[in-house]
Amino acid sequence: MSDKKPISSVNDFVVRFANVNGSGSASANEMFARAILRHGVPVSPRNIFPSNIQGLPTWYEVRVTEAGHLGARGGVDMMVAMNPQTWDKDVAGIEPGGYLFYDSTKPMPSTKFRDDITVIGVPLTAITNSTYTDPRQRQLFKNIIYLGALSALLEMDPKLIEQLIGEQYKGKEKLLSSNVHALHLGRDWALQNLKCPIGLRVKKSDKVGDRIFIEGNSAAALGAVYGGATVCAWYPITPSSSVAEAFTAHCKKYRHDPETGKAKYAIIQGEDELASIGIVIGASWNGARAFTATSGPGISLMTEFIGLSYFAEIPAVIMNIQRAGPSTGMPTRTQQCDIIACAYASHGDTKHVLLFPEDPAEAFEFAAAAFDLAERIQTTIFLMLDLDIGMNHRLCRPLKWDDAKQYDRGKVMTAEMLEEGRDFGRYLDVDGDGIPYRTYPGTHPTKGSYFTRGTSRDRYARYSEEGSVYADNMQRLVRKFETAQDLVPRPLQANAERPTKYGVIYFGSTSPAMDEAIGLLEARGHQLDRLRIRAFPFHSSVASFLAEHDFVYVVEQNRDSQLRQLIVNENGIDPVRLVPIVHYDGTPITARYIAKAIGDHQDHLKVTPLRKAVS
Amino acid sequence: MTYIAKPKFHHPGLKKNDLGYTHRDYEGKISTLCAGCGHDSITASIIEACYELSIEPHRVAKISGIGCSSKTPDYFLGNSHGFNSVHGRMPSVLTGANLANRDLIYLGVSGDGDSASIGFGQFAHSIRRGVNMTYIVENNGVYGLTKGQFSATADRGSKSKKGVTNTDNAIDLVAIALQLGATFVARSFSGDKNQLVPLIAAAIGHKGASFIDVISPCIAFNNHAGSTKSFDYVREHNDAVNRLDVLVGRDPIAVDYAPGTVQVVEQHDGSKIALRKIDADYDPHDRLGAQTFLAKHAAKGQIVTGLLYVDPDADDLHAHLNTVETPLNTLEADTLCPGSAVLDKINASLR
Repeated sequence: MSDKKPISSVNDFVVRFANVNGSGSASANEMFARAILRHGVPVSPRNIFPSNIQGLPTWYEVRVTEAGHLGARGGVDMMVAMNPQTWDKDVAGIEPGGYLFYDSTKPMPSTKFRDDITVIGVPLTAITNSTYTDPRQRQLFKNIIYLGALSALLEMDPKLIEQLIGEQYKGKEKLLSSNVHALHLGRDWALQNLKCPIGLRVKKSDKVGDRIFIEGNSAAALGAVYGGATVCAWYPITPSSSVAEAFTAHCKKYRHDPETGKAKYAIIQGEDELASIGIVIGASWNGARAFTATSGPGISLMTEFIGLSYFAEIPAVIMNIQRAGPSTGMPTRTQQCDIIACAYASHGDTKHVLLFPEDPAEAFEFAAAAFDLAERIQTTIFLMLDLDIGMNHRLCRPLKWDDAKQYDRGKVMTAEMLEEGRDFGRYLDVDGDGIPYRTYPGTHPTKGSYFTRGTSRDRYARYSEEGSVYADNMQRLVRKFETAQDLVPRPLQANAERPTKYGVIYFGSTSPAMDEAIGLLEARGHQLDRLRIRAFPFHSSVASFLAEHDFVYVVEQNRDSQLRQLIVNENGIDPVRLVPIVHYDGTPITARYIAKAIGDHQDHLKVTPLRKAVS
Repeated sequence: MTYIAKPKFHHPGLKKNDLGYTHRDYEGKISTLCAGCGHDSITASIIEACYELSIEPHRVAKISGIGCSSKTPDYFLGNSHGFNSVHGRMPSVLTGANLANRDLIYLGVSGDGDSASIGFGQFAHSIRRGVNMTYIVENNGVYGLTKGQFSATADRGSKSKKGVTNTDNAIDLVAIALQLGATFVARSFSGDKNQLVPLIAAAIGHKGASFIDVISPCIAFNNHAGSTKSFDYVREHNDAVNRLDVLVGRDPIAVDYAPGTVQVVEQHDGSKIALRKIDADYDPHDRLGAQTFLAKHAAKGQIVTGLLYVDPDADDLHAHLNTVETPLNTLEADTLCPGSAVLDKINASLR
């Protein structure tokens, strides 16, 4: 007997698959998400996985959202409970009125269920074992069989799933037909034995448009290909490894000389992160576009070289796919926790350029732009992704490239310019923007060579420990950083319908949850202007935004509100006016969380006059 | 200090090499190391080797780490770009530079602290990868710039200037380089320029990872009795297995060698190495034999010098990676960027 009416919802619900790591469920689950997309209904899937290869629990969550809310929602409407290890927790996590889908081959005691949910048992193991004898086949097809059963329960069009299977196994007819067969085994069993559809349904729509479905890491790697990176050095670390792996795959496709077959790139898996950044700096010093991809622990190891890049003014691009720290932290959970570590990386006075893409489309754009910026500003550019963007498929606008675009190689003095008698001082600020000219090694037999060092030197790169010479250089670096303000992507502002004294600042992967939260807050009567920061150093519009609002919430995914610290520090503003909204348990921030935190604070701010309150 | 410029005038009759450069064109700034430092002799040998090979100075990239040895690139090849990078990290910086432009000559200069202690890993991995470079370690067994601490190449039982006995085992970089697949391995002594100059010249001509360990006594902190890296000690225990002559271009092989004592090795760049055997049984093409020979002689307290191993048919990291002949740093959007039409196809595949 159910205590609660079953949830009824079309194109707006969350399905979570609980699996065992290494059971081959990932491809079936991803196919489920893609199949819904093919119905024209946006989805936002997320992998929740352990730092393990086989045996530990893993979850795959699909938010079906016709409204296009791509942030995590929180809560589960339907649990596909395929992992006995996590059964109790999984069942407990279902929303009242929700659905539990499970393998009913072995009877379960009634105490293992809940009264307020709908329980759907499908004898998956029995169906699988009666059809297949090979153990590996049994394991893999069981996943396709539950996909088939779900398609019936959710009233999905099986043709669309068959189409996906056809694309995936194109040219492998045997695999194709056996997968389709497995799909229908599950689907037919459900249609014959269960009440289909249930309250949750997928209905064809047209809300996907021309959007693409891609992981941020793959998009960033593609951005590096388009941005002209020729050298990549990296060391494996979750969640960044797939950047280098995707770069390798993209290069194999697009970067081989058609005639000679030779590679127009060099990829080195370094012995550690120190070597990786060293290779990047050596290559960039020598005029190639080079990058590395890493995560928090790697950043810690790279900091000495990052200081060299800052001080000796050598371009470098570091993609930091952030994960929960400190130390080893939670390697497979998401956070935005390296803001301070990257902004001020290395000993001494340093400042670095950070880019904050919100999704794969921006990861592509910013990755490509990072190489222009690195060569223009002659310093390290951090592309600050996180696990949530990097390792999940995200629906985003198609990637765009302007074929007329040339790379900005920055200020490089050529042999011709040297021949003309141009004064070359490696650290000489000839244009007043703090950016000096550099020469590539091997440019000219007698002119333009210099000695690169991490020690102090004068404008002509001659070693010097003179205080005034040192200070002159440090001041120029400040000027250079000011120049950078206008070169990096600007913040994007979106104002509330009515003028308001309240604003909110956010960045990166918080974006979809924030957009959704604004709707929830408006429903509660709270008006907020929004500013999405896309880079550090902060553009002057950040200071204007702060000046225009009494209170500004800074929403971020770390404990210490690091972006807020950076804003307070760089803008010299009263910290009281910046209200931290932080989420840092390793799960992606949700609209519900933001709306509650900001909403509660807003309610608290709205002081009701005493007389009115008592009357 | 290194900002002291050297006077530019020179004797009008100074000899010129095939490119018309004099010795002076290969020099750098005035050394700031201690008078009598072994490193300055190595600097002089590098200058001599580059002059003799008629290398265009600006086509050399000289890269170092941190320490006394790593300062020396400022003292030779003043028209070359130099990079005094991070302690122990010369190998990675050099590897990256080499990937960016395969057309330059890469000279890595390091010390025993830089390569055997803090940078032991980077030393090992650059050798493993077969980076086309000449990697010179100016090995004095001591941290000079911080005043005399033992380095990882200091022999067990050797005494510091302050009288402390080293109890740690020594790392022999030559043995490690052999084990890791370096295709040109040599050891020499800063006090033996006749041996060192041709070794450097041959290493530069070698395609692949060349490694030269040069024992270079620290005059200030490691040249006393009880040290195994002092001038006296090295002279007494030096066991040279061969001597070389590097023959550039079509130079005929000198005729004054006794028959059967010379082995000629042709290198990728067309130069020839004439190896004069001192130890008749030593075969520099036998990696395993070299390792055994070294181990046996080290046990007897001898310092084996000379060209210890060479593989004239070696290839390098670029060959392993199958990179294009054109330096990567010259490629632009027209050859690197797949363009919007390809991107449209990629987009279509992601729906």
